[in-house]
Amino acid sequence: MFHADRWLAPLLATLACVTALVLLLILGFLWNEAWPVLTEGGWRRFIDAEGWYPLEGSFGLLPMLWATLAASFGALLLATPIGLASAIFVRFYAPQSIAGLYRNLLSLLAGIPSVVYGLWGLTVLVPIIAHWRPPGASLLAAILILALMILPTIALTSISALSAVPTALLQGAASLGLTRKGMILGVALPTAHEGIVGGIMLAMARALGETMAVLMVAGNVVQTPSSLFDSVRVLTANIALEMAYATGQHRAGLFASGMLLTLLVVLLAWWAAHAAGETRHG
Amino acid sequence: MLRRIFLFILAGLLMLQSQTASATDERLVLTGSSTVAPLALEIGKRFERHHPGVRIDVQSGGSSRGVADTRAGLAGIGMVSRALKPEEDDLTAHTIAMDGIGIILHRDNPVNSLSDEQIKAIYTGRVRNWRKLGGPDRTITVVHKAEGRSTLELFLHHFDLKNRQIKAQVIIGDNQQGIKTVAGNPDAIGYVSIGTAEYESTQGAPIRLLPMDGVAATVANLRNGRFPLSRPLNLVTRDGITSELAKRFIDFARSETIHDLLAAQFFVPPPHVSR
Repeated sequence: MFHADRWLAPLLATLACVTALVLLLILGFLWNEAWPVLTEGGWRRFIDAEGWYPLEGSFGLLPMLWATLAASFGALLLATPIGLASAIFVRFYAPQSIAGLYRNLLSLLAGIPSVVYGLWGLTVLVPIIAHWRPPGASLLAAILILALMILPTIALTSISALSAVPTALLQGAASLGLTRKGMILGVALPTAHEGIVGGIMLAMARALGETMAVLMVAGNVVQTPSSLFDSVRVLTANIALEMAYATGQHRAGLFASGMLLTLLVVLLAWWAAHAAGETRHG
Repeated sequence: MLRRIFLFILAGLLMLQSQTASATDERLVLTGSSTVAPLALEIGKRFERHHPGVRIDVQSGGSSRGVADTRAGLAGIGMVSRALKPEEDDLTAHTIAMDGIGIILHRDNPVNSLSDEQIKAIYTGRVRNWRKLGGPDRTITVVHKAEGRSTLELFLHHFDLKNRQIKAQVIIGDNQQGIKTVAGNPDAIGYVSIGTAEYESTQGAPIRLLPMDGVAATVANLRNGRFPLSRPLNLVTRDGITSELAKRFIDFARSETIHDLLAAQFFVPPPHVSR
């Protein structure tokens, strides 16, 4: 072992441990804060209770879980094809100057703070939907705003993934007489697959965790969404709306929703890693 | 080596302790209502200027926290944006200002007034269309507040409703979000603090405040005590255990010297102090 390694390895290990420790501390903290509501009635009260009336002792989290999943997956469904299409356009079809401009535009879009998207949604998008189908503040508004927010993430990571495909592979495909379409579908996309999926997962995590923008446009009524025009409340918005004024059991209930959200993200990360591993070996 | 570290930590602890001990002498902690907190913060700043060496520490967290902290002795003064309940008779309330809640509609909504019964019917979902109330044939969008807000508590209390009975289409956090939601939806009805609503409508927001029981929702009517949907903003203390500093602060907060601070935040002086 080189001299430098003797110091570097333990140092890096310690720093890595700190990261892991932070995650454990957060989980422990959430558990600890949610404890009062968990001991009194057990975890089933989050599923069995009808509705969320924390001051009256009813802590139903399921409607908000469904709303969170519906908003995030809806946004993903909308943003993934558009993001991927933009990436393919920039990488393979756009002239050099337009590609650069487009990429800058996406970076700019990614940098806009979420509260700005929310304000725009509240003052422009929601009234438009309300004119069509009241009340306007709805699952649809949340999906549209979230899709807009995660679109640059998906597009930019896909562009990077496609740019990382070795030129030799693409030249090989061309020399075999493949059309541009055949080259993109048959060679570039499968090779860049892992990076693209990683970007989608990153976008999904952002959609799940987004608070301000969704809080402003989703309507925040606690109910299981049955149509796109229903007003819904997501888990993050629940915490942001009520935390400042919550005490006792109510506060503990909010920490429980935070814990559920964390578990959801952990589960998603595990599933993503699993899926990526499967395709690599399969 | 170990001993040196130990001594170092001990010295640090001692220093910390002596510091907090000297600070508590002239430090007053206020916790509670987020409606009162911004006001108390401004009053506190002015009080500190008049009394050098005094620190006023203001923390929000809801009226319930104000009551709990004052009882537990964690706060010298609690901030409570409602009248005290009968079971809170171990505390004394000192009213420093009045705040009122106004029902707001979009400016284009032709409905000019609603009775208490009609408002109740709208908020419980028994009336879902403006046509039945003399308006256009459009579905009503009911805007309600998130659980725990003191405006919500006052609203439910005045109309004798339980939160479970409310059938809302939009739930909002603060007053600004409520005003923006109603301003963007001609079919919406909501309730917000009168001061904020009056200010926003003079600034051009397309909203209209409805009169309650025939009394116009204005700051002037709030001041003369005629407006029914109003609440006192209180500083509360625990009976018998109030410090000299807390007493001085309350006297200061109820004096005329801070009336400009009340006006700046759209509150009005309580009836017995104003003249």
